Amino acid sequence: MLTVLLILIPLVTGLLTFGGKGSGPKVLGLVSSLASLAVVAGALFQFQSAPEGLQVTAAWIPQLGSTFSVGLDGMGLMLCLLTAIAFLLVFITIYNRDYERPGSFYGLMLLSQAGLVGVFTAYDALLFYVFWELALIPVYFLCSMWGGEKRVPVTFKFFIYTFTGSLLMLVGIIYLYLQSPDRSFSYASFTNLNLPAQEQSWLFWLLFVAFAIKMPIFPFHTWQPDTYEQSPTPVTMILSGVMVKMGLFGVLRWLLPVLPQGAFMWADVAIVLSVIGIVYASCIAMVQQDFKRLIAYSSIAHIGLMSAAIFANNEQSLQGIQVQMFNHGINIIGLWIVVEIIQQRLKVKNMEELGGIAQYAPRMAIFLVIIALANIALPLTNGFVGEFLMFSGLFQYNIWVMAVAGLGIILAAVYTLNMLQKVIFGESNSLTATTTDLQNTELVALSLIVIVILVLGVYPRPMLELVSSTTELVNSVF
Amino acid sequence: MINLVWLVPFLPLLGFLINGLGRRYLSKSQVSITGSGVILAAFAVSVLIFLDVRQPGFQAQEVPLFDFISAGTLQIPFAFRVDQLSALFLLIITGVGSLIHIYSATYMHDESKEGFARYFAYLNLFVFSMLILVLGANYVMMFIGWEGVGLCSYLLIGFWFKNTAFNNAAKKAFIMNRIGDLGFLLGIFFMIMQFGSVSFPEVFEKAAALGLNNGTVAAIALLLFVGAMGKSAQIPLYTWLPDAMAGPTPVSALIHAATMVTAGIYMVARSNVLYTLVPHIQSVVAIIGLATALLAASIALKQNDIKKVLAYSTVSQLGYMFLALGVGAYTAAVFHVMTHAFFKALLFLGSGSVIHAMGGEQDIRKMGGLKKYLPTTHWTFLVGCLAISGIPGLSGFFSKDEILAHTFAHSKVLYVLGLLGALMTAFYMFRLYYITFCGKFRGTHEQEHHLHESSAAMTLPLVILAILSIVGGYIGLPEVLGAPHWLAAYLSPVFAPSAPFAEAHHLQHSTEWMLMGLSTVLVIVFILLARRQYVRYEDSGRENTGLAKVLENKWYVDELYDAVIVKPLGMLSRFFQDALEKGGIDRLVNGIGRGVQWGSQQARRVQSGQVGFYIFAMVIGIIVLFVIGLLL
Amino acid sequence: MPVQYYIFLSIALFCIGVMGVLMRRNAIIIFMCIELMLNAVNLLLVAFSKMWADAGRVDAAAAQIFVFFIMVVAAAEVAVGLAIIVMVYRNTHSVDINILNRLKN
Repeated sequence: MLTVLLILIPLVTGLLTFGGKGSGPKVLGLVSSLASLAVVAGALFQFQSAPEGLQVTAAWIPQLGSTFSVGLDGMGLMLCLLTAIAFLLVFITIYNRDYERPGSFYGLMLLSQAGLVGVFTAYDALLFYVFWELALIPVYFLCSMWGGEKRVPVTFKFFIYTFTGSLLMLVGIIYLYLQSPDRSFSYASFTNLNLPAQEQSWLFWLLFVAFAIKMPIFPFHTWQPDTYEQSPTPVTMILSGVMVKMGLFGVLRWLLPVLPQGAFMWADVAIVLSVIGIVYASCIAMVQQDFKRLIAYSSIAHIGLMSAAIFANNEQSLQGIQVQMFNHGINIIGLWIVVEIIQQRLKVKNMEELGGIAQYAPRMAIFLVIIALANIALPLTNGFVGEFLMFSGLFQYNIWVMAVAGLGIILAAVYTLNMLQKVIFGESNSLTATTTDLQNTELVALSLIVIVILVLGVYPRPMLELVSSTTELVNSVF
Repeated sequence: MINLVWLVPFLPLLGFLINGLGRRYLSKSQVSITGSGVILAAFAVSVLIFLDVRQPGFQAQEVPLFDFISAGTLQIPFAFRVDQLSALFLLIITGVGSLIHIYSATYMHDESKEGFARYFAYLNLFVFSMLILVLGANYVMMFIGWEGVGLCSYLLIGFWFKNTAFNNAAKKAFIMNRIGDLGFLLGIFFMIMQFGSVSFPEVFEKAAALGLNNGTVAAIALLLFVGAMGKSAQIPLYTWLPDAMAGPTPVSALIHAATMVTAGIYMVARSNVLYTLVPHIQSVVAIIGLATALLAASIALKQNDIKKVLAYSTVSQLGYMFLALGVGAYTAAVFHVMTHAFFKALLFLGSGSVIHAMGGEQDIRKMGGLKKYLPTTHWTFLVGCLAISGIPGLSGFFSKDEILAHTFAHSKVLYVLGLLGALMTAFYMFRLYYITFCGKFRGTHEQEHHLHESSAAMTLPLVILAILSIVGGYIGLPEVLGAPHWLAAYLSPVFAPSAPFAEAHHLQHSTEWMLMGLSTVLVIVFILLARRQYVRYEDSGRENTGLAKVLENKWYVDELYDAVIVKPLGMLSRFFQDALEKGGIDRLVNGIGRGVQWGSQQARRVQSGQVGFYIFAMVIGIIVLFVIGLLL
Repeated sequence: MPVQYYIFLSIALFCIGVMGVLMRRNAIIIFMCIELMLNAVNLLLVAFSKMWADAGRVDAAAAQIFVFFIMVVAAAEVAVGLAIIVMVYRNTHSVDINILNRLKN
C-alpha cells in the first residue's frame, strides 16, 4: 500500500498544483515532498520487517496481459529515497525564488516525481514504459518554458534523443511480450523467457541504447551538457541527480535479468564504451570554462564508471554501483545547489569571471569544498565507498580496463580542484565582491547534503545492506 | 589502555570540530588552547599506550570499531591496530605535532581570527588523518588516512588562498599524490582479488604462502611503492614537495618534513613481508630511493630560498629512508624517520623563526650574520645542521650510519653513491647555515631594525627539538659500541615475519668502525669546505652558468613535465572538446536532424498543387500495382 | 461476338478517358472524360453479363445491377460537378483547371 501511496502523493498534489498562484504551489510542493519522504521512511521500516507487503498488484489492462504491479526491493527503495530527498532539497533550495506560472512549474515537477517513483517501482514492463514517459514529458515542458536562451533547440534535441531511445525500448518490450508464453508484460514472465542467444544479442541493443541515452554514456551523451546548461537549475538537479539513475536502474532491473546472455555477449563493448567515456568526458571537463558544463561532463565521467561497473557484474561492482547511484545523486544535487546560488547572486556561469568567493561567502565555500571532495570520492565521504567497490569489481573483471578507468580518479582531481580554484579561491573581482553568504533555506539544504555525505561516508553499512539482496539477485542470473 | 586507542585520533577530530564550527565565536587564545590541548592530550594517551606496548612479549592488538564496507565476501572493518610500529609513530606524530601546534600559536598570530581558527582546524584534521593512517588495521584504513593527509596538505599549502601561486602549488601536491594513490588503490585491488582480504596479518600470511619471487606479490609491492612515491616525494613524483613550501612554515615542518611524507616509509615498513618476498622490487625501491637522494641533494646545493633548501633536503633524506628499506634495513629506515622528524622539524621551525624575524623574507642571499640577533634560533639551528650532517654523537649520525652500513653490506656501489649524497648533505646544510647566520647582514635597514629573537612560545619547541636531535639517536646505538640496539629489539616483532626470507648480511666490526671513521672524516672535510666558501658570503649578483644554472633550475624537471605531460594533456582535451565533441559527435547528431529536415524540404516539392500531377501519380501508381500483381 | 472485342473496346475507351483527364485543362472536357471511363466500365460489365448468361449462369444479370448503380452515381456526379464548374466559371470566367491551384501551399 505504501508503494502506491508513494506514486499517488506527487501525482495528486501535482495535478492539484496546476493553476495555483502565489505561494500556494511551493507550499504544496514542500508538503508533498515531505510526505513522500515520510512514506519512504515508513517503507524502509516495513522493508525490514515484512518486505512482501510492499508488493501491490491490481488489474490494469487485462486484455493486453498488463497489470498494475508495483513493488519495492532494496534498490528500488533506495532510489525512491533518493527521489524523495532530491525533490525535498530542490523545493527547499528554490523556496525563496519566484518562478513565472508557479502552478505549472511545481505541477510539472511533481508529475515528474510521480513518474520517477513509478519507474523505480514498476514490475510490469508496460507500466514501466508508461512511467518512463511520464517522468520525461514534464521535463520537456519545464526545460522549454523555464530554460535559458537556447532552450527551444536544446529541448528539441533532448526530446528527439530520449524519444528515440524510448521507442527502441518500446519495440524491444513489445517483442519480448510477444515471445512470452502467457502474453504478459509482468516482470516474472519477462525474466523467465530464456530466449535464444541470437535473439538476445540484438534485443540487447534495443534496450541498451534506450538506457545508454538516458544515462548517458559515450557516444550517446551530447544532449546532456546542452540540456544541463539550458534547463532551469532545479530541473537540472532532478535530471542529473535522479533521472540519469533511470538508465542505470533500467539496465539492472530490465536488461541484465531479462537478457542475461545478450548482456554477457556485449558486456565488453559496453564496458569499453563506458571507460572511453570516463577518460573522454574527464578530459573535456578539464577545459570547460562554463561552470554548469563542467559539472555536466564530470557527471558523464561518473556515470561511465557506474555503467562499466554494472557490466563488470560481480558482487563488489554491483554493491558499489547501487550505493553510488544514491551518493552520486546527493553529491551532484549539492553541486547544482551551489551553482544555482552563485548564478542567482552573480548571474554568471563562466568560471573566468568568478574567483575569491571564499572571502565573502565562507560558508558556501566550505560546503562547496566538501561536496566537491565527495564528488572526487575522498575517503570518509559518501563517494568513496561506491567508487572503491566499483573499481575493485572492475579490477576483477579486467585489470587494464580498471587501470584506464582509474585515470578518471586523477583527472577528476584535476578538474575539480581547477574549479575550486577558479570559483572560490584566488583574488576577488568587483563582481564577486558582492557575493552574499547563504540564506537560511540554502543553508538547510546544503547542511542536509553534507550530513548525508559524512554519515554515509563514515558508516555506509546500512546502505550496503539495503541493496545487498538486489546484488545477489542480479549477480545470480549470470 | 589499548582499548582506548580510539581516543588518540578522536581527540584531534574533536579539536577540528570545535575549531572548525566555532571559528566565529572562539577567541584566538581559546582556539590555540583547544587546538594544542587536544594534541597534547593525544600525546599523553599515546605515551600510555607506548608504555603498554614496550612491555616484552606484547602481542599486536586489533581494536575494531564498526564494519566499514561489506560486499559479499569482502569485509573491511573500521579497526585500529596497535603494535610496536604504530605505537612508535603515534609518539612521533603527536609529540612533534604538539610542539608544532604550540609554535604555531605564536607564529600564526597575525592571521585574522577566523583564519587562525581555520588554520588550527586544518592542523588538527591533519593529525587526525595521520593517526588514522598509522593506526589503521588494514590497507583500506591506511588509504583513508593516506588521502586524508593529502587533503589536509592541500588545504594547508593553499592556506593563503588568495594567492594563485600557492593555490597552484596546493593543486599540484594533491594531483601528484593522486597519481600515487591510484597505484596504491591498484595494489589494494590486487590484494582483494588475490587474497580476498586487506587486513595486514591475513595479507602477509597469504603472501608468504606464495613463496619468494611470486609475480602477484611483486605487482602488489610495486604498486604500493608507486603510492609511496607520490606521498613520500620520490622520483618521478617528487616535484610537488618543494612547491608545497608555499604553506605556512610550521605546516612545512609538520606535514612536509616530519610526518606526512614519511607515510610512504611507514607503508613499506608495514608491508615488509611483501617487499622481502620480492628482492628485485626491493632493489627498485633502493635504486629509486638513492637516485632521489642524489638528485635532490644536488638541487639543494644551489637553492637560495631557505625553505626550498630544506625541502630538497627532505626529499633527499626520504630517499635515504627508501634506500634503507630497499636494502632490507627496515629498522634503520624507521630509526631515520624518527631522528629526521626531530632535526628536520627543528630546522623548519628554526627557519620559520628566521623568516618571522626577517618579516617574511625567505631569500638567504638577503640574510647573513643573524647569529647575534637570534641566539637561540642560531644554536638550535646549528644543532639541526650538525645532526643532519651526521656528526658523531648526534642523532642523525646513528641513523644515517646504520643505513650506510647496511647498504655497504648489500652493495658497494650503492654505498659509495649513498656516501656521496651524505657529503652533499653536509655541504649544502652548512652552506645554508653560513650564508644565513654568519658574515654580515645583507638585508635592508628596516629589516635590521626589526630583527629580534622570537618569543618563548616559539623558542621552547626549538630547544626541545634540539635536545631530541641530540639524544634521539641513543635509542639505536650500533652494536659495535657494545650497547644494545634498543630500537631494533623493540621493533623486532613487526619485522619478524619477513626475517625468514631475508638474506643475512653481517659486517665485521672492524669494517664498521672503518666506515664510520671514513664518513665522519669526509663529512667534516665537506663542512670545512662549505665554511671556507660561504662563511664570508657576499651576494655577487652574477647569474649562475653551466651546471650551477641547471641545478638552480632543478634540472628543469618541472619544465620537462610541463612539456611532456601537462601541455599534451591540455591539447588532447582541447582536441576532444573542439574536434571530437563539437565537430564529431555533436555534428553527426545535429547532421541527422538536418538531414531529415533537408529530406523533408525535398519531399515537399512533390506536393505541387497540380491536380493533373496528382492524378498522373495515381495512374502511375495503379499501373505499378497492376504490374506487381501480374508478376507475383 | 467473342467477349475479347468488348474488352479491347472498353480498355481503349478507358485509356482515352484517362489520357483526357491527365492532359486536358478544360474542366468540362475532363468531366466528360470521367464519364467516358465510367461508361467503359459499364460496357465491360454488360459484356461480361452477356457472356455468363450465354454460359448458363442464372445470376449473370447481377452485373447489370452494377451498371445501374454506376449510372446513378454518374448522374449524381454530373449534378454536383457541373454545378461546381458553373460556379468556378462565374468566379473566374474560365474553366481552366490550372488556375484552380489556389489551395496550394
